[in-house]
Amino acid sequence: MSDAVIEVRFFAALRERVGEEMLRVSPPAEVGTVAALCDWLAAGYPAVAAAFEATPRRMVAINEELATPDSAVAAGDTVALFPPVTGG
Amino acid sequence: MTTTKAPATIEVAITAEPLEDRSSGEGRDGRSGAEVRFSGRVRDESGRVQALFLEHYPGMTENALEKIAGHARERWPLNAIEIIHRVGEIRIGEEIVRVVVWAGHRHAAFEACAFLMDILKSQVPLWKKELSDDGWHWVEARQRDAEAAARWMGGPSERAR
Repeated sequence: MSDAVIEVRFFAALRERVGEEMLRVSPPAEVGTVAALCDWLAAGYPAVAAAFEATPRRMVAINEELATPDSAVAAGDTVALFPPVTGG
Repeated sequence: MTTTKAPATIEVAITAEPLEDRSSGEGRDGRSGAEVRFSGRVRDESGRVQALFLEHYPGMTENALEKIAGHARERWPLNAIEIIHRVGEIRIGEEIVRVVVWAGHRHAAFEACAFLMDILKSQVPLWKKELSDDGWHWVEARQRDAEAAARWMGGPSERAR
């Protein structure tokens, strides 16, 4: 396993559309934010690009804390992407 | 003798078992003159919906519930908070979520309970699917839920894009 791994998890409709619960990825060092990571994923994984298109509104958590597109991501992080929440 | 500064006890849980089987009595002591309980139940939407399925993010969901309960405790003088959310398949009329707040007086209990539900609906990782005649469909988040949460934060809602 590479030392520069980011674990990307998907939930709910986004998970079903991607067809995977989790991807372990090693983007280049310049991919330093959630937004950049999403662009990089969409460019490299057609299923992710299609899922993003079908789920234009999304939320993100980094290491189980809600984050924003500008939030920094680094190797070792778990980045969870999901549609806006609908509990309660 | 308890001091007025004693922090409210917080109990949160995610469960696949019917909430109807659980009692809620954490805050029933001599300090609490008010107990406000909200139960969210599955609506049939005029017969269109047959059941719900709730998905969560194990670990984060529980932590997020603890966190919002902690915010309520900082904001109002409360004695105890309980939040239980059901996951998995849930039938019409059953409880999806139960929030119970105990406080010395009713205003804090009413407000904290409303706050907890508004924030839960827009910030805690839980997702609903509905079963209708044409199968299972994910429920879309509603703007009015984001607006309800935003009114507690004194600013516009943050929308993730």
